[in-house]
Amino acid sequence: MDRLLLGDNPFFGVNHMSEEKARAQALRFQSNRAVIEVLDVALDEGIRTFMCTTHERIAEVCDHMRANPARYAGYRFYPCMPYAHKYNNAVTELGMLGALKKMLPDGLLGSAVQGGLALATKDIEPVMRMLIDAEMAMFRGLATPVVFLQNVVVDFLMGLGFRDAFRLFARHVQERYGAEPGFITMNLPRLLDTLEQAGVDNPIVCANINQLGFRMCGGRELYERTIATRRFRPVAMSVFASGALPAREALRYVCAQKRIESIVFGASSRANIRQTRLLVEELDRDREAVAA
Amino acid sequence: MVKIGVIGLGKMGLSHLSIVKTHPDVKVVGVCDATGYVLDVMAKYTGLAPFGDYRALLDGAKPDAVLIATPSRSHGEIARAALERGVHVFVEKPFCLSLEEAHELVALARRKQAVNQVGYHYRFIAAFQEARRVLRAGTIGEVHNYRVEAYGPVVLRPRGSTWRSQKSEGGGCLYDYASHAVNLSNWLFGVPAGIGGAVVHSVFSSGVDDEVYATLYHANGVSGQLCINWSDETQRKMSMRVEAWGSKGKLNADRQECQVHVRGEGWSVRYTTDLTPPVRYYVRGEEFSAQIDHFVDRVAGRSSEEVNDFASALETDLVLEMLERDAALGARTTVVGAAPELPAGKASLRETLARWIAGKPALRLR
Repeated sequence: MDRLLLGDNPFFGVNHMSEEKARAQALRFQSNRAVIEVLDVALDEGIRTFMCTTHERIAEVCDHMRANPARYAGYRFYPCMPYAHKYNNAVTELGMLGALKKMLPDGLLGSAVQGGLALATKDIEPVMRMLIDAEMAMFRGLATPVVFLQNVVVDFLMGLGFRDAFRLFARHVQERYGAEPGFITMNLPRLLDTLEQAGVDNPIVCANINQLGFRMCGGRELYERTIATRRFRPVAMSVFASGALPAREALRYVCAQKRIESIVFGASSRANIRQTRLLVEELDRDREAVAA
Repeated sequence: MVKIGVIGLGKMGLSHLSIVKTHPDVKVVGVCDATGYVLDVMAKYTGLAPFGDYRALLDGAKPDAVLIATPSRSHGEIARAALERGVHVFVEKPFCLSLEEAHELVALARRKQAVNQVGYHYRFIAAFQEARRVLRAGTIGEVHNYRVEAYGPVVLRPRGSTWRSQKSEGGGCLYDYASHAVNLSNWLFGVPAGIGGAVVHSVFSSGVDDEVYATLYHANGVSGQLCINWSDETQRKMSMRVEAWGSKGKLNADRQECQVHVRGEGWSVRYTTDLTPPVRYYVRGEEFSAQIDHFVDRVAGRSSEEVNDFASALETDLVLEMLERDAALGARTTVVGAAPELPAGKASLRETLARWIAGKPALRLR
């Protein structure tokens, strides 16, 4: 995994501090051209991984990349599935079972029959496989070396005790997409226990890691200890705590924890992207120098 | 250990189950749903004891407390059965669809000394808790008018096949969505003594309403406006916003921030990142975890603070009923005389109006 991954929150009007800012961002990025411009700026800065939700609009970004293979050679997506609001709204409208039926691909008779059978046998594995395949369809022909399960789903399933779901997810993305499974969570220490019990070894786990302790269930100290001592590949998100922390201070905290492999960040301007890259490079160098 | 049963495994029931099942002081002794599929999958993969009937759960699993998240119309019946057995009750919003039933349950819970709570989670959002603190501290002086708005993308097409699209089941924006805003408004500004100018429209739905607007009148002269629309596709999810104008300043709050303007001093802002206390287990917003943990604390006797008890939910139901009644009255200040039906938005509107005014030079109001 690269050191820096570009996240997609700003593109879809997600901001954990200000709804006005979120609205302004949603306006700015209502055209996919604006999204692609930012991806291009990031690419010019050497950031060639886009960690994005499987929002339907990403499909157009994928089309653009497929249409320009030379420009995007070596570019990779880390899909994060599913785009939860889609499911949330479907469940409200159609009920639990109705939503599930709607989300299963019905274009192919085969999978509809398979899906019907799977529902009848109460076996979640084929249902999960079909849901994953439906979310992955937009990335066909593009590199997706890591596929993440979104935090709302991870933490929901973990809470319910669906341990098998993590093993099934991991197996399917490995076998079908040759990808490494990733898991996003707000409950890092607990998830590592759960994944261990599910038999998912050395998992890639993306969690909020910031100096404020914002959305780090179990607390900052436990997170620091967990990162330093447990067997997993940490990806830090929400490092700026949605802008509540100044950039240098925020990144110093994350860069000082040497086991953190990657940092995912959202940015929408060249200046911000460059500043983040330069700061991380500088702070990483400082850490290495101290270590040496 | 608190033994808990979860009744209703729809979106909210599963969400509550996910949070409560991770609680170190809770044992989930049974889950209940009318849909066999969800129940069977839960039993198969999580080992929870499944019940197809809530009475069987109450009598078979003998929980200390239940979380009820069934379609709104059945809240009253199930809550009553639980309370009669001395079981503590957390029930999803809206509380009841009839005031009579709500009154009975408030009395029954009191008689049984049972912990009772309704799932109005906005009272657990830190920025709104901060807004309440600011209002109570008198930072913006005496409030004379306020506005509570909630917009979201729930119903964007004329379809839907669940209980949510049926009025008799508690569907519709007023009971299913505006109830959150009313509950928050009551908590911040008190229960209004009257309602005027209520408008309840359907935008896409056929059997139920999609938007609600009204003026709230308080006995002390304070007024407020309520603007609720769940057919607003410009929102990513439900967005609740509160504004209050006081004798010394102004307050704006939404789930992310609480902005306070004090005359002569200017703005100060506090953000959710700084206001929100950490939760034990996070699934989809701190407020959902906080409300469940509060309920468990109450049942375990660790907290005596009433938040969202049945009595306060009854006050919310009361305002919802006032809104419904007022909306049925239509306009109350009208032009005297037989005004023609004006075809709204049509090209002939100006013409029609001009003709009408020409024929009735002395406009009077009543």
